[in-house]
Amino acid sequence: MELTILWYLIPSLLMFCCGVYGFITRKNMIAMLISLELMLNAVDINFVVFNRFLFPGELEGMFFTLFAIALAAAETALAIAIIINVFRVSEKIDVDDVTKMKF
Amino acid sequence: MEPVIPIIILALPLTMFLVLGLLGHKMAHRTAGILGTLSMGVTMVLAYITTLTYFFSGSSEFINEEGVRLQSVIFNWDWLAFTDSLVIRLGFLLDPISALLLVVITTISFMVHLYSNGYMRDHHGVWETGFQRFYAFLSLFSFSMLGLVVATNIFQMYIFWELVGASSYLLIGFYYTKPSAVSASKKAFIVTRFADLGFLIGILVLSFYTGTFDFTNFTSTGVEGMANVYQVDLTTAEGIRNWIASSPAPVFMGGSVLTWALVLIFMGGMGKSAMMPLHIWLPDAMEGPTPVSALIHAATMVVAGVFLVARLFPLYLMEEVALNIITVVGALTAFYAAMVACVQVDIKRVLAFSTISQIAFMMVSLGVARPEFHHGLGYMAAMFHLFTHAMFKALLFLCAGALIHAIGSNDYTDMHGLRKHMPVTHVTFLIGCLAIAGIIPFAGFFSKDEILTAVFGQSIFWYIWMSAVAGLTAFYMFRLYYLIFWWKEHKTPEGHHAPHDQLWTMTLPLVILAVVSCVAGFVPFGNLVTWNGHPMFESVNFFTNLGALDWSVAAISLAVAILAIILATVMYKKENPLPAKMRSALPRLWDWCYHRFYWDELYMFITHKIIFGCISRPIAWFDRHVIDGSMDGMAWVTQRISFAIRGLQSGNIQLYVWIYLVGVILLGAITAVCLL
Repeated sequence: MELTILWYLIPSLLMFCCGVYGFITRKNMIAMLISLELMLNAVDINFVVFNRFLFPGELEGMFFTLFAIALAAAETALAIAIIINVFRVSEKIDVDDVTKMKF
Repeated sequence: MEPVIPIIILALPLTMFLVLGLLGHKMAHRTAGILGTLSMGVTMVLAYITTLTYFFSGSSEFINEEGVRLQSVIFNWDWLAFTDSLVIRLGFLLDPISALLLVVITTISFMVHLYSNGYMRDHHGVWETGFQRFYAFLSLFSFSMLGLVVATNIFQMYIFWELVGASSYLLIGFYYTKPSAVSASKKAFIVTRFADLGFLIGILVLSFYTGTFDFTNFTSTGVEGMANVYQVDLTTAEGIRNWIASSPAPVFMGGSVLTWALVLIFMGGMGKSAMMPLHIWLPDAMEGPTPVSALIHAATMVVAGVFLVARLFPLYLMEEVALNIITVVGALTAFYAAMVACVQVDIKRVLAFSTISQIAFMMVSLGVARPEFHHGLGYMAAMFHLFTHAMFKALLFLCAGALIHAIGSNDYTDMHGLRKHMPVTHVTFLIGCLAIAGIIPFAGFFSKDEILTAVFGQSIFWYIWMSAVAGLTAFYMFRLYYLIFWWKEHKTPEGHHAPHDQLWTMTLPLVILAVVSCVAGFVPFGNLVTWNGHPMFESVNFFTNLGALDWSVAAISLAVAILAIILATVMYKKENPLPAKMRSALPRLWDWCYHRFYWDELYMFITHKIIFGCISRPIAWFDRHVIDGSMDGMAWVTQRISFAIRGLQSGNIQLYVWIYLVGVILLGAITAVCLL
């Protein structure tokens, strides 16, 4: 059995859908952040896979993924910093409860 | 002539306005008063120097070899240069009438400045609130009036015309805590502004078709070999008329462009000079302090209309229609005002209506002036009467001010029998009355006689009419005189001092003006002020005017005046029931005169019922309901819609993502369906 492109894309798709589902349904901001990471990683996988199968010998997709991973790490650090600060102020990290600056 | 002195004449009052207006509240009252008076005194001396230089220096820029007086532009600055042809200039034009007015304005203004030092404080020496402001406004007025009479072009005149209107407004409303003074100042401002609308349109029409603002271009030709010197000349005005007629100028309602322009310009003069039907503001303007009434509403500002017509006189000569309108308006106003003055109780109102009547005399005189008749006698007579009237009417107003200051009331019913208490005021007031009544040898006799002669030369009907008005003048002035100083013994109310003559600052101007009123008639005006500068007499001496009298006219007017005075003496010298009987015999006439022929009521009816009711109110309704309504409707719809949809922007990011996701899926589905 040959490993075609579908073998990679279907798990990636599942991962992405899990991310979307989690992002929409979870109220905990940490959980939402994890879901976001899931989506990002699914996209990263797609980049690598498409590079591997469509343009063998080229490296753009690989490097793009590397940059995306670095950016995701930075973004996660930032997001967690915000979440911690929100927690310090309101003692809660439910996204529905963070309404202090809304009105 | 070097422009230094003329510039100082204009700059000094302006500087004093700024100094007293900006720093006055930091000065002592006395300092402000002395400063204002002194600076006006200096201005007066400089104006005298200028005028004497103009009339008597014999310099070739002022008079030519034949003795014709010339117009001399002392300086003329480009103030606003819009294009090459549209330039608004500010300058100083010296000619007989501006030189004359320089003397009149500065003399009266100085007298009033001096007088106000006494008038604007009460019997305990407490200064009036805003004393310094009062002097600042007086200076502003003097500056504006001087700028008006020396204007080189009609636009400069318009600018200063509005400035005198504004300073008149400020001074009428000087007691701004009194509602009557506030409404009087507003009335004066609005009525004259309405008239000035006509003036402005007239200026624009005239300037549009002639392409110039300068008076010298309208009425005079340049003198050869001399820069800035002009000679008044009918051919120039004729040329302007032909030029307008040759260019395709429209004819509007049967009148040519020039006629309409001149009539509209005269409308501005009607407003300023309180001619019917725009006279209603002047009696109310008496709410201002009495020195202001003497300066602005008797001697100087109100004759600006006469001055305007005189300034453009050669143009008016081109349009008989305009001159006839001036005659008719003047004659009707003169008679009307004299009738009303016969029954007023407030002494300042009597003087105000008398002023209207006398200015109307000047207007009639200008209206009947023709070059064919005695070298345009009417023009000279109008200017002569302007001069003498300024002196004796300022005198009468200042006397009235002294009386009001002593009694504390404007009504003669509170006065009566004051001759022993206030002898100086009594004698000077009597001289003023004799002058205005036209008794020889006082000033008014000569000028009024010249006017009547000029009218006689033009129309017998108006001559009889104006003689009757002159008789009425003598009657109402002596009625006023007897009711103030005779009638019955003066009764001082409990707790008041007996009235007495006022401080020297107030009596000195009275005496000076009384002396001037005695001798001003002998000034040989015919050789000083004529419409084209040509002298009327070969040689002059002190008795020239006496010798030049037309005795048939003079005797009649003298007889009429003496008869009227005798009638007033019989009716008002001692308390008697005759006036009351007269009143009950003609109740209707008395009522109409007392209520000034209901002009104010007519104006109230027109403005409130017709303009406000039929025009303003529907417009206001349209504005409030249709224009505001459509705007409000748009705002209302926007608001309702935003209330309805604002729930969508919840700030809930998970909802946003959900909607986004659904949208993407739907879009994908639609794309798929379309592609398949």
